[in-house]
Amino acid sequence: MDRRVFLKTSTAAVAAASVCAVPWRSAQAQAGPIKIGLLAPLTGVVASGGKEMVEGVQFYLDQVNGEMGGRKVELVTEDDASNPDTALQKARRLVEQGNCHMLIGDLLANTGLAVANYVKGTGTPYFIPIIAADDLTQRARIKNVIRVAGYSASAFTHPLGDWALKQGYKKIATISQDYTFGHEQCGGLAQVFTEGGGEIAQQFWHPLNTADFSPYLGQLAELKVDAIFAMETGADSTRFVQQFAAFGLKAKTPLLMAMNGTDQSVIRTIGDDVEGIISPAHFAEGSDNPVTQKFEKEYEAKYGKIPSLYGFSMYSGMMWIDAALKKMGGKVEDRDAFIDTVLKTELDGSPLGKTVKLDAFGNPIYDVYIRKVVKRADGKFWNVPIQTYPEVSQFWKYDPETYLKQPPYSRTFQGIKKA
Amino acid sequence: MTTLLSPNRSQLAGMSGRATIIAGLIVAVAACMPLLLSNYQVGLATEVLIFGILAMSLDILAGFAGRTSLGHGAIFGVSTYVVVYCAAQTGLPPAAAFTFGVLAATTVASVFALLAVRTSGVYFLLLTLALGMIVWGICLRWTEVTGGENGMRGDVRPAMLLSHSAFYWAVLGCSAIVSFAMWRFVRSPFGLTLRGIRDSESRMRSLGYNVPLHLFIGFTVSGFFAGVAGALYAMFNSFVSPSTVALAQSVEGVLMMIAGGVGTLFGAFVGAAAIIALENVVSAYTERWQMVLGITFVLIMIFAPEGIIGKLRTILSRQLR
Repeated sequence: MDRRVFLKTSTAAVAAASVCAVPWRSAQAQAGPIKIGLLAPLTGVVASGGKEMVEGVQFYLDQVNGEMGGRKVELVTEDDASNPDTALQKARRLVEQGNCHMLIGDLLANTGLAVANYVKGTGTPYFIPIIAADDLTQRARIKNVIRVAGYSASAFTHPLGDWALKQGYKKIATISQDYTFGHEQCGGLAQVFTEGGGEIAQQFWHPLNTADFSPYLGQLAELKVDAIFAMETGADSTRFVQQFAAFGLKAKTPLLMAMNGTDQSVIRTIGDDVEGIISPAHFAEGSDNPVTQKFEKEYEAKYGKIPSLYGFSMYSGMMWIDAALKKMGGKVEDRDAFIDTVLKTELDGSPLGKTVKLDAFGNPIYDVYIRKVVKRADGKFWNVPIQTYPEVSQFWKYDPETYLKQPPYSRTFQGIKKA
Repeated sequence: MTTLLSPNRSQLAGMSGRATIIAGLIVAVAACMPLLLSNYQVGLATEVLIFGILAMSLDILAGFAGRTSLGHGAIFGVSTYVVVYCAAQTGLPPAAAFTFGVLAATTVASVFALLAVRTSGVYFLLLTLALGMIVWGICLRWTEVTGGENGMRGDVRPAMLLSHSAFYWAVLGCSAIVSFAMWRFVRSPFGLTLRGIRDSESRMRSLGYNVPLHLFIGFTVSGFFAGVAGALYAMFNSFVSPSTVALAQSVEGVLMMIAGGVGTLFGAFVGAAAIIALENVVSAYTERWQMVLGITFVLIMIFAPEGIIGKLRTILSRQLR
């Protein structure tokens, strides 16, 4: 090869390489579709919940013909594998490679916290309709992490503690999964219940994925308490509810659970054992509110199952974002304005049938239902509201400032008032 | 020709001239990557380097001492935990946090080593697995310090390394140094002793070598390098949770090492690149990506049990003959 040919070919090669490299680096054009990155655990321990999250988002997009705020929506779904390291990597990909305007999703608190820490650096709006870690809207707030249509873990167990007192329960025992979500939900109940004069006889903490509850059930039976509070999720909840009934405790002691315990994702697989369990939540699929009924019927017609918390929350979260986008003409590129608009948006028309707004900390204020599991005419079970606590703050009736001075709920701090 | 193959020529710290050039070229090409790739891809390349170091530290044991450890993920993760803890909770400067992380990993490795060096084969595998599980259990349950299931967050990266490219170059420099150190280590007389132990423990013992002591030192040194990888990972993610010390992490390191080629040392980077690339490309198309990964492994084990680099090596040497 003579020198001239070499020069020619090498120049051409370099030019070709740089042409290829340019579109990689250049950002997407300003107009065009709104890109939403959806993170959901499609594999791993909570995969079934993750699939319902995707359904919820898809269900909403189908209803609005894939358009939000007047612009087409491009949805990119990534599997976080129920693992924080994977979640982080996928979030990076959605933001840095996919150029997504916003992220939404994640189910497990640890995956959500990992992604929240990442977007703190990038400024990408990140919506968490499922992640319930208290501190994300309390002690460790991040401006661009917003809990649209979500809830903080202890927000619903506070009113449950109050309700338990009003039933005349004097002494209860708790059993809970031993991780932050469990500590927070259990702590909410324990604090309100003991400050109102109740007594927590004993608290049991068991590892996630406990196959056999009989050692705990044996001790719970010995305690002779007025009621038992259980905080369980997923397969643990299924096993606990079944073994609680099999042990003969169901007939003797009322069972209160955190909302995930009687979520559709759990109770649709169990039979009569779930009947009568009490739980607090903002959403009750068996509510007679016409808007809730409409949502429930349409969802059931489409997916063949009663909507769970996951489907509902993601659906409402998308609706919330859409409402904000409509207000600002779909200009999602202006991040600060977008975040401010979302924070100021009040959501009406959600399946709750009530207007919902965010408090000063970015946490939604809901009417909290005390729900009871009852059998529907067709033999399926669902949660029906029996009492309503209107406009419950995540700080319950405490002053936010004093509340935030107490440590976050943990295994060692449950807010229990010393008698 | 004779000059090319002759071992006694001008050498750079034991590296032949040709090897120096090749190593220099590879590092130079790697250093150009951020100019061509997008930010996200630079992030992936950084991850490849970090996990390459972890896989290489495993290869010191597996390839040269004949001991496959399933506890290195835990050693790696201890370093990550300590770095994040130091930087986020005690406010130490990143360099100090880094040092403490590596020190902690080395200490944990030496404890593992004390317990594990007298075993070999499947017993070594099980013992390291159990020790790793203990570390995982502690990280999960000691909520006050480790943050339990939720893990810990903190800004660990020094300000000058905040951009993707700057951090990549720092990790690249680090991996070049660490790779060279490991390469020297396995080719030193000490490394040769490890190979002797791999081939026949009883012979080495009868020759008068203190086998457990050699293995102890080998394991601890390997743990030190895993600790370096873990500390870099802390800076990469600014986040740590029990999944970083979980068994899956150890297994991933071992798989990367095997895919690259056991005993090839630098195959670790190829294995890490192959697995991380596969994970990212395949998962974009199907949620069954883990199945694809599994099938790929089966295929590698059938058609190239000596790993990617090992296979290339045999093919090349066959052609040169």
